Amino acid sequence: MSGELTELTVSSARDGLERGDFTSRELTEAHLAAIDGAAALNAFILPTPDRALADADASDARRAKGHAGAMDGIPVAIKDLFCTEGVATTAGSHILEGFTPQYESTVTANMRAAGAVMLGKTNMDEFAMGSSNETSYFGPALNPWQRSGDNSPLVPGGSSGGSAAAVAARLALAAAGTDTGGSIRQPASFTGTVGMKPTYGRCSRWGTVAFASSLDQAGPLTRCVRDAAIVLASMAGYDEKDSTCVDVPVPDYETALTGEVAGLRIGIPKEYRVDGTPDEVKALWQQGIAWLREAGAEIVDVSLPHTRYALPAYYIVAPAEASSNLARYDGVRYGLRVPGETLEEMYERTRAEGFGVEVRRRVFIGTYVLSAGYYDAYYLQAQKVRTLIKQDFAAAWEKVDALLTPTTPTAAFGVGDRIDDPVAMYLNDILTVPANMAGLPGISVPAGLSEEGLPLGLQVVGRAFDEETVLRVAHVLERAAAFDARPEPWWMS
Amino acid sequence: MSLDKATVAHIAKLARIRVADTDLEPLASELSGILKWIEQLGEVETAGIEPMTSAVDTTLRRRVDEVTDGDCRDKVLANAPQTAAGYFAVPKVIE
Repeated sequence: MSGELTELTVSSARDGLERGDFTSRELTEAHLAAIDGAAALNAFILPTPDRALADADASDARRAKGHAGAMDGIPVAIKDLFCTEGVATTAGSHILEGFTPQYESTVTANMRAAGAVMLGKTNMDEFAMGSSNETSYFGPALNPWQRSGDNSPLVPGGSSGGSAAAVAARLALAAAGTDTGGSIRQPASFTGTVGMKPTYGRCSRWGTVAFASSLDQAGPLTRCVRDAAIVLASMAGYDEKDSTCVDVPVPDYETALTGEVAGLRIGIPKEYRVDGTPDEVKALWQQGIAWLREAGAEIVDVSLPHTRYALPAYYIVAPAEASSNLARYDGVRYGLRVPGETLEEMYERTRAEGFGVEVRRRVFIGTYVLSAGYYDAYYLQAQKVRTLIKQDFAAAWEKVDALLTPTTPTAAFGVGDRIDDPVAMYLNDILTVPANMAGLPGISVPAGLSEEGLPLGLQVVGRAFDEETVLRVAHVLERAAAFDARPEPWWMS
Repeated sequence: MSLDKATVAHIAKLARIRVADTDLEPLASELSGILKWIEQLGEVETAGIEPMTSAVDTTLRRRVDEVTDGDCRDKVLANAPQTAAGYFAVPKVIE
């Protein structure tokens, strides 16, 4: 029974709970057992079994009284970037070790209010800065997938790599992640899962440890598009505690999944044909185009001329905002303190010891581009380029309703392969960053396998606050792709 | 822009992150490599383009100017490495 319970989707588990086929406690215990047996994946920084069982029992009691919410009794994993009241939150960093939030992030509070059960806090790149999970202070989460006939460990992508690994390995029915430059969609692509970044402002950022405030957005990682619709609806919503959270109603995303794309215009941006893209990625993209055309969509070639500048602009804007946001980690109010003779020395020692290599690197870049004399040349220029990127998309929306692209230039790579070359690592996000720069919703759907037997995703990007069209197109792609490949469960102990 | 050792030392000082003298040179070359890649942005013509201030078209909301939070000193101090008499405590800053 317990094996079957971890095979469910959010929607089928919801139906099973409703019918009384099983309880949330049974469902939760099955997932806790799976987590126990998957230590090799290092997907969780902190499993919270006691909390999960208490949540599950409370859910079963609510259901018995007829008060079940949209996610009632569904066990989910939470990226360790969300502050959870009374549960340690590290952001994958040594500098926050021992920090126990005294408040709950709005996103996790919303999920909790919908009845979700928290299984634990998932591994991630330190402060969400990374594309491989290798910058986590707690060691990298590993990808459940391995190349055929080769058991060398692969990265699950990042920064929400632990969340993606947990969902792919059936350790959780769904997970909450965050996406600043691709941190939900890229790991989804690497692990054969569905990952969605909604429009900037759709989910509150309150209580989510800040990386780059003008780009950060929370979103779901799930095993199917319907689940993404359900979980996103439980996370999203207006919150007066985040001044950038937009006060628009959250639609019932599930009803957007009509299975129809006839009459929709799908744009294919030529600039996403990046040099060096492997043939198998190009072929999958062509296949995706064919699927949507066969389903009745109109395929339109579009141009987004400033695409190639999105990534370098991101590597000014994101580090600049990070250097400012991370100024708060000074050894005074929370987390690590390394003693010093003077206050200054205490700050410098705490931050040198508390931040890992990639975080220090980005804080230095951000400090430099914001420093006197360089602000105009770097930060201001990047924000102007961002306007141009947004205008490119606005022009595309005159002609099309959504865009179809690959999610990543390659399938998952090996642990250690790119960690010593920062720019090579940054290039992972070349196809996902533009949506963040323009604040647009995007989703990655597993669409096929590479020659080496690894999952590859296709990305759908839509207009601001039109998650419904994005989900609708993704749902049709998902049906056409019928992706049912599974990783061999090598991690099970 | 190629960063020299002195500039990196200055950035590290501004960022309040201690960097050992022996690490300055390799850090300078690493950061210079990243900046060199970023500097392709300079080729984009941006005359007359407004810098983005918000990804999504929205106006900031106003609210009534009243206290909505507070009276939670112990929660605020709960995670502090060192406190004294209801305050955060730091190494001595004045003689």
